[in-house]
Amino acid sequence: MTQTKTASIETGKGVATLKSQLFTSGARQKLFAFASLILLMVFFSFASPAFLQVENILGILQSTAVNGVLAIASTFVIITAGIDLSVGTLMTLCAVMAGVALTYWHLPLWVGVLFAIATGAVSGFLSGSFVAKLKLPPFIATLGMMLVNKGLALVVAGDKPIYFDETEGFSTISQGSLVGYVLPSLPIPNSVLILFLLAIAASVTLSRTALGRYAFALGSNEEAVRLSGVNVDRWKITIYMVAGAICGIAGLLIASRLNSAQPALGQGYELEAIAAVVIGGTSLSGGTGTLLGTIIGAFIMSVLTNGLRILSVAQEWQIVVTGVIIILAVYIDMLRRKTA
Amino acid sequence: MPPLISAQDVSKSFPGVRALKRVGFELLSGEVHALVGENGAGKSTLMKILAGIYSRDGGDIFYNGEPVNFTSPRAAQVVGIGIVHQELQLMNHLTVAQNIFIGREPRGRFGLLLDEDKLNRQARDILDHMHLRLDPRAIVGGLTVAKQQMVEIAKALSYNSRVLIMDEPTAALNNAEIAELFKIIRELKARGVGIVYISHKMDELKEISDRVTVLRDGEYVATVPTATTSLDTIISMMVGRTLMDMSRPAQQNARDEIVLEVRKLNCGPLVKDVSFALRRGEILGFAGLMGAGRTEVARAIFGADRPTSGDIVVRGESATIKSPTDAVAHGIGYLSEDRKRFGLAVGMDVESNVVMATLAKHLAFGFALRRRSMRQTVDTFIRLLNIRTPSATQEVRLLSGGNQQKIVVAKWLARDCDILFFDEPTRGIDIGAKAEIYKLLRSLADQGKAIVMISSELPEILLMSDRIAVMCEGRITGEIAASGATQEGIMRLATQRESAKAA
Repeated sequence: MTQTKTASIETGKGVATLKSQLFTSGARQKLFAFASLILLMVFFSFASPAFLQVENILGILQSTAVNGVLAIASTFVIITAGIDLSVGTLMTLCAVMAGVALTYWHLPLWVGVLFAIATGAVSGFLSGSFVAKLKLPPFIATLGMMLVNKGLALVVAGDKPIYFDETEGFSTISQGSLVGYVLPSLPIPNSVLILFLLAIAASVTLSRTALGRYAFALGSNEEAVRLSGVNVDRWKITIYMVAGAICGIAGLLIASRLNSAQPALGQGYELEAIAAVVIGGTSLSGGTGTLLGTIIGAFIMSVLTNGLRILSVAQEWQIVVTGVIIILAVYIDMLRRKTA
Repeated sequence: MPPLISAQDVSKSFPGVRALKRVGFELLSGEVHALVGENGAGKSTLMKILAGIYSRDGGDIFYNGEPVNFTSPRAAQVVGIGIVHQELQLMNHLTVAQNIFIGREPRGRFGLLLDEDKLNRQARDILDHMHLRLDPRAIVGGLTVAKQQMVEIAKALSYNSRVLIMDEPTAALNNAEIAELFKIIRELKARGVGIVYISHKMDELKEISDRVTVLRDGEYVATVPTATTSLDTIISMMVGRTLMDMSRPAQQNARDEIVLEVRKLNCGPLVKDVSFALRRGEILGFAGLMGAGRTEVARAIFGADRPTSGDIVVRGESATIKSPTDAVAHGIGYLSEDRKRFGLAVGMDVESNVVMATLAKHLAFGFALRRRSMRQTVDTFIRLLNIRTPSATQEVRLLSGGNQQKIVVAKWLARDCDILFFDEPTRGIDIGAKAEIYKLLRSLADQGKAIVMISSELPEILLMSDRIAVMCEGRITGEIAASGATQEGIMRLATQRESAKAA
């Protein structure tokens, strides 16, 4: 976003402070999101004694794991002012590829894990290349990849699920509990541990590495980055690849939880992922955002779903509520963008 | 010692325009070399080629005596050519330090993580050297434009360049900041750095530069020593061209009735205390450099922007104009600079564009389009304005610039607007079509319309205007009658800044 100097000369300190507030308002959005999360939890705890039960909390954590990982992947891309609509179906394709490696070809567990992550990286490479080299709008490029991944998953799996019964230890990826092994009183599922570790790694990447720095820079002013001599294409592709690889992890988590790779699953997850990112304070126009915000956003979505279910709200209405939240979140984001 | 930079016969064309025609330029070590010319003369283009942002179509460039061919901005940066752009190229969400060192971030242990502390320290060093009281951790988006510009300069300086190109570096700086900048420039000079200084501000050139190169219409005119050349000479080199050999269209006596009066209009930084009057049947030319505020004045009167203070009186009655809808209701029309973006729906046909502002007149039952009545209107205007199109259903984007412009005029005429603001009416239109537009403007004036013509082409202003208002940095610096006006006189008013007025 270039500005002509003469056209945007401002006078007075007032405007400068307003501007700085707007550019750091991501922090305020994050606080707002966190407060909403606490409020929601308080509300549901009062509304139903079943909410604060250990089992229920563990259930919330489990169900957030997959969506949270997808949201982490989406955060990277959204910060660059891009969008990745393929994260849902890519997750499924990665799960299917893990199934191919483990169930069809009886390869060792770690190879299956690698297959899933590599599939994600390849898809990310393609998406990133379409955006960077072919100059396709990210929406279109990833929309296309979403369908490609969906189709490929069905082709490879042959329209039926691939089961992991024969693969030893596969279900422990998400269902097992390393933490519980070490601290028996804290049976936190591995999926949650993986979410937690991934969140920390992603957060460090965003704030402390060149990849993270360039992600923000690209989202803020891609032309300025290009003119500064940075290889914009290479970094864009890398960022999409990283997002794709993370989707591979999501694929492993969901396949491990269901003990099967369900090829018809996946589409629809991307919107929840994007919703989580936006609710958490990351702007769809790029340049700003935090991973902590994304995690809070993901938890808001799952607490909401869980709480409504405990209150015996029909599942159909849960979906309506989720939709309303998404609209509100994006609207608030647009308001903030318009004033900036 | 060879010159730092020696460019010879450099040419560059963009679709539809030849920006540079065999231009030469030389920069010596330790000199401040000013580059001047009117809008569109080719200054920025030449510098962007030197900085590796554009590629050249022809010619040779030597850096320190060696032939070079930069294929990317990075290639030029690496050998020591830095550029401060006219339009800010900053990442608003990042901090000052992060902006300065983008692409060169210092790494910490293992080379994987970024060393933010080192980054901030290095930035602090540069800022201290420039005597800039800026926190390296400040978010750039929250800074004033002047401070942002300083960040750009700091960034260019951080490359330890041998050559520093500055494109309108003082556009947003106050006098104290400019003095600070000049101090830095002198220090760089002493260290042997060669500086190219592009500016419209004549007084600054006199103060800081050693030599001045003048470009005009993409061609090289001359290089002169600043100390011994008068500003008048430089200005005349910038504009000196024979007036187009076009006999001035016969001019009716402008009637005296004042249809539009603007009093002390203020709107943002580019419209300051603007007052003028417009009479029926006259063409008032608005001259000035790019960024002088002429478009902004028109937009403020037209309701596209909200003025902060001032009065607009239309046909003797005070008018409140809060949006273009109000302006049009008062009979004011505005033909924007960029007709493709703001004046036409280029994907639609001639007919749709002409009736765009008057669709309400062609509706049956309030919603259905009456094609026949639309067609009649369009045919009338095609005839009236001599619009050359195969049919009324031809897509507008396939027509020539001149005919596109006529369609925009038709749109406003269909709306019965009789106060018309033309912003750069012949931009992008070839000579032949220009003459037609001029005839059209004159006949509109003769019919009693009142016209304000904003133009950056001085011959056009001199040819068409009955009176000329000249703007500089948001103020009207002079209003003169067309007869007796000269290009130099207008240019002098156009570069007459507040601070220079006292001189």
